[in-house]
Amino acid sequence: MPETIPSDSVGLVEPRRLSFDEPLPLDCGRTLERYELVYETYGELDADASNAILICHALSGDHHAAGYHAPSDRKPGWWEACIGPGKPIDTRRFFVVSPNNIGSCKGSTGPNTINPDSGQYYGPDFPIVTCGDWARSQERLMRALGIERWAAVVGPSLGGMQVMQWAIDFPDALRHAIVIAAAPKLSAQNIAFNEVARQAITSDPDFHEGRFYEHDTIPRRGLMLARMLGHITYLSDEAMRAKFGRELRGGRLGYSFDSEFQIESYLRYQGRQFVDRFDANSYLLMTKSLDYFDPAARTGDDLTTALAPATARFLVLSFTSDWRFSPARSREIVKALLDSHKRVTYAEIDADHGHDAFLMPIPQYLGVFGAYMERVAADSGSAEAAA
Amino acid sequence: MNLRRDLELIADWIRPGSHILDLACGDGTLLAHLHGTKGCTGYGLEIDSDNIARCIARGVDVIQTDLDRGLQEFRSDGFDYVVMTQSLQALHFPDRILEEMLRIGREAVTSFPNMGHWKCRAQLAVAGHMPVTRALPHRWYNTPNIHLCTVHDFERLCAERRYEVLERAAVDRHHRSTTGTRLLPNLFAESALYRFRRAA
Repeated sequence: MPETIPSDSVGLVEPRRLSFDEPLPLDCGRTLERYELVYETYGELDADASNAILICHALSGDHHAAGYHAPSDRKPGWWEACIGPGKPIDTRRFFVVSPNNIGSCKGSTGPNTINPDSGQYYGPDFPIVTCGDWARSQERLMRALGIERWAAVVGPSLGGMQVMQWAIDFPDALRHAIVIAAAPKLSAQNIAFNEVARQAITSDPDFHEGRFYEHDTIPRRGLMLARMLGHITYLSDEAMRAKFGRELRGGRLGYSFDSEFQIESYLRYQGRQFVDRFDANSYLLMTKSLDYFDPAARTGDDLTTALAPATARFLVLSFTSDWRFSPARSREIVKALLDSHKRVTYAEIDADHGHDAFLMPIPQYLGVFGAYMERVAADSGSAEAAA
Repeated sequence: MNLRRDLELIADWIRPGSHILDLACGDGTLLAHLHGTKGCTGYGLEIDSDNIARCIARGVDVIQTDLDRGLQEFRSDGFDYVVMTQSLQALHFPDRILEEMLRIGREAVTSFPNMGHWKCRAQLAVAGHMPVTRALPHRWYNTPNIHLCTVHDFERLCAERRYEVLERAAVDRHHRSTTGTRLLPNLFAESALYRFRRAA
């Protein structure tokens, strides 16, 4: 953490945990008999519980969206750019709830937690969960927190898909749906990248069919490769050129297969870091959830019909250099909403950071997002509560 | 806040409760006004990010769009009106946009500065330079207005394309209709507003 906590940070935060004993039916047909959700909250819930915002995280994200867990933390939560006092999701006026998805690996029930029925790690036995399952699991969290309706459900990337799912499945439970750098479904190319990542993990000899916990190891090489591949898709060609170019670490060619170019060492570093903070089984699950997301599959490939139940007002944001979920993909969502006269605002943010732009404090992004959140606050009647 | 006079004229033409697409909607003034006074719904299309934020602040639904890239993603007859004020002359393909407006909307409303105005004619004919007026303040090299036309030109296009003009307002620089603008619009109107549709 910096020497002093910046005044626009939520500061020190502590994760909480809630257990749900009512069985959760899953899209795959199986049932999760009980589950736990780890989550963080920032800001204060107002008297009529009208200022609550749900944050849905992306593939490798978690509940730690803002602030610091300890003064020694090197980095704040993943969406520090957008959550905090005076930021687009202004914690002086909103009560922000940020859960970790089930199936992920940061504390909520997932492959790396103990199955109470067997006393063993769930591991590969953990069911494949979907955006629908996540919305259902989080709806119970909403009720447990005394919230009947979110002022907004907000999410980037895979989180944006969950936002759409929320709007379809629980139309009365959100006033605004904010979908950032997402897509209405994955393209064949997106699925292809996910499949290579999964193959990298499952073909690692240390994977042990997903039971690597029992072997006291982790599929380090596979998970690292998966992350390196993913990272390439998060950055734009332009961003990589600007950041690394063809710069050599040693200043000259070594005629060897060591990591020579800066980009190589960067990717290896990112891969290694990831191995220590993410679970291989969760990575498999989360990529599957991405692949499976396709709300229009149930409505004859007609997204307009799929979104018909939604009553929320939408904000859709994309980033010009994002080729993983390009602006054209966001416009598919916008078109479906326009065709059925639903309320939607769309902005395409000029950014050369690629998909990762949603994490960055880009002025145009913060400006548009902030202006929209002002509207959300006005709609939820909490505008006067702002400092 | 006072509505721009030309927007006021347009607002008078719009039926209450209509669904409207406003091309190059700027800061969303017209849509906010139509929503507030006539219960209209709809969207603005705008390219400028600062204007996007202003639209959002007004509660206007806006879709960031480059009109020169076309409006293919809007389905036919999706709107009661497609409106575009003072932007026709800045587009690469004004005639295509007019076609699109009438595909997407049952009626179209547009306004543009009239190059036939006597001041423009005098500047070119007498002074021998490209007109620079209050309505067209740019110099020839930095103007965004690349497809200027006269009242006469526009009506000829309407006739060629079989657009039926439902209403016309030819106005002076205060956006008022005068005897001159009524009798000789091509000479005395600084700008012109039209409501039109495809002839049956």
